[in-house]
Amino acid sequence: MGTATEALKSFKGYNLKKRLPLEEPLAPGHRACQGCGEVLALRQVMKAIGNNVVVASATGCMEIITSPWPQTAWRVPWIHVAFENAAAVASGVEVGYKALIRKGKIKDEKTVFMAVAGDGGTADIGIQALSGALERGHNFVYLCVDNEAYMNTGIQRSSSTPYGAMTTTSPPGKKSIGQRTWKKDMPGIAAAHHIPYVATGSPAYPVDLMNKARKAAMVEGPAYLHVYSPCCTGWRLAPELSIEAARLAVETLVFPLYEVIDGRWVLSKSIKKPKPVSEYLKPQRRFRHLTEDDIATIQAEVNKRWEELLARVAQDGGEPAKEESPETE
Amino acid sequence: MAKRVAMEVSIALSEAVKQANVDVIAAYPITPQTHIVEHLSELVADGELDAEFVPVESEHSAMSSCVGAAAAGARTFTATSSQGLALMVEILFITSALRLPVVMAMANRAMSGPISIWNDHSDIMLARETGWIQTVAENGQEVYDLIFHAYRVAEDHGVLLPIIVNMDGFTLSHVVESIEIFDQDVVDRYLKSYEPVLRLDPKNPITMGPVGMPEVYTEAKKAQDEALKASRPVILQAWKEFGDLCGRYYKPVETYRTEDAETILVTMGSIGETAMTAVDNLREKGEKVGVARVRLYRPFPMREIVETLQGAKRVGVVDRHMAFGANQGPLAMEICSSFYYAAQRPFVYNFIAGLGGRDVTVENFEEMVSDLESLESGKFSEFYKIINVRE
Repeated sequence: MGTATEALKSFKGYNLKKRLPLEEPLAPGHRACQGCGEVLALRQVMKAIGNNVVVASATGCMEIITSPWPQTAWRVPWIHVAFENAAAVASGVEVGYKALIRKGKIKDEKTVFMAVAGDGGTADIGIQALSGALERGHNFVYLCVDNEAYMNTGIQRSSSTPYGAMTTTSPPGKKSIGQRTWKKDMPGIAAAHHIPYVATGSPAYPVDLMNKARKAAMVEGPAYLHVYSPCCTGWRLAPELSIEAARLAVETLVFPLYEVIDGRWVLSKSIKKPKPVSEYLKPQRRFRHLTEDDIATIQAEVNKRWEELLARVAQDGGEPAKEESPETE
Repeated sequence: MAKRVAMEVSIALSEAVKQANVDVIAAYPITPQTHIVEHLSELVADGELDAEFVPVESEHSAMSSCVGAAAAGARTFTATSSQGLALMVEILFITSALRLPVVMAMANRAMSGPISIWNDHSDIMLARETGWIQTVAENGQEVYDLIFHAYRVAEDHGVLLPIIVNMDGFTLSHVVESIEIFDQDVVDRYLKSYEPVLRLDPKNPITMGPVGMPEVYTEAKKAQDEALKASRPVILQAWKEFGDLCGRYYKPVETYRTEDAETILVTMGSIGETAMTAVDNLREKGEKVGVARVRLYRPFPMREIVETLQGAKRVGVVDRHMAFGANQGPLAMEICSSFYYAAQRPFVYNFIAGLGGRDVTVENFEEMVSDLESLESGKFSEFYKIINVRE
């Protein structure tokens, strides 16, 4: 039995009827856009992590909207240093605590250490610091809130931007479809570090997300959470459709929900009758230039990646999760 | 109280870090700093130093981890050289702005390119406006001593700023010198444990590193500027107390035979000792020559510089850095500007020497002194001259 499996044996999940966490480490009144799926995801994760935490944020939307001095939305200790180093800063906080506890200078209160970054701060500029921290095995939770582009600087493409999407640096034109590359498999890269816990989450499935955040905090060693975070501004999506887009991403297999516990791949939500990707793509104007052929290309890639995921789950002997998760009942 | 041992300077520096009882070391290997982190790794592995050693994947993460650890309330240390400094320099600005007392040793090395692992001061100059305090050692004993001074000053509640302790790469870092190593009780009398004013603690949540809008950014920078200026009396007091403890009294600017000197050479780092030999030779010939050596580079000791140099006729400032596109080297520029408002000022000229590990010899210094006498007549087109260079 691996360390995560052992640590999670006593885990009692949240459900909608009881046991939802009351803590709000992230206060309202921050400056996020209307319909921001990212700050919603962050709030849900923070609720599950609780107040006994130190957070290191990368530069990005979540940093900017929560900390314009002299205001702060953080009710827990929080530090921002730079863009590419959230994992390294969190590493430092974690070892600082470890040394001070061992030397008897502070008490061990089982504080959780956390790094938060967007997809650019994770998959692009921060990937080196992240890989280093995962490899060194720091006891921390890394949260990537993935809104699929550099939204804070004005919607530039990242390596996490999906194929075909329009951004300000991947504009569709006579000679371009928009984003020419497929989305980088960041959770897969994290899992390749053989860390105890990796999970994908979505604010459309808040109970599932909070459970995963809680588990990430419970395991010893690095935990990586990759959370799908609709950005209405950057995706050219109506603010009221933010959660709908997040749900469709799961239902169309564009963004499957799963965990990798001690290297064992487990599907969080089995999708027996997936919806076509066009249902996900159509409401978002970042995809409106795509032709039926383009959409078919995307559908084929989504199917392929889903099959690969199922194969991994089956190989690990994992039973697919129930199709209906509690929050949809 | 202390024992005198022959020891490689990098090892002595590491012993000082051990005696300072640091909590966290985050470092990445780069020549010529490597012996420091190797020895510290050994001390941690052998249980002689109770610290977390974080073998980070880059210098950028080294400084970032030090920032995180210092913000958590830990006493931190790192070390680097040239390219490593360049990679972490983004975080240097933030470390000082966050008022975190990180101490870093720098084994000074030339900046690429061409790539050179050898000694000059281009890394010191790269860090000069990052808001860090910078001291520069001349010999191994100073390197060892300046580490304790650095923690004492950095962690003072009236300062709370990071410090770089500079030593010349190879020329100092890799030589074996006779060094007086303190007994631990002496160190403990001088250096108390670090008591952070604020730390990242869930029981008292604070937000560190918020956004500085145009309405507050200037005030934030002013506060930082004032903090660096306010470090000056603390730096001096900490040196005084250090001297009272062991008899080695340090000053921001060290002088050698300058009292009646008509010509003064200004140096930083280990070449100061070579300059002293040149001065002795020239004094024997009856020339009134002295050396002033800058030990405190940031905050710049303008007062001491003016006091030391104002009575001289000629001053030759040696920069071990090429300031492309500037009037002259940074040390010379700053000394010239120190005298701009003075009623009486010497003739100041700049020599660029010792780049990328080129030796600066006794003869080179003697040549500078004789050059100064002819340059004083005002017949020159550039404000600096490169010494010992092939045409």
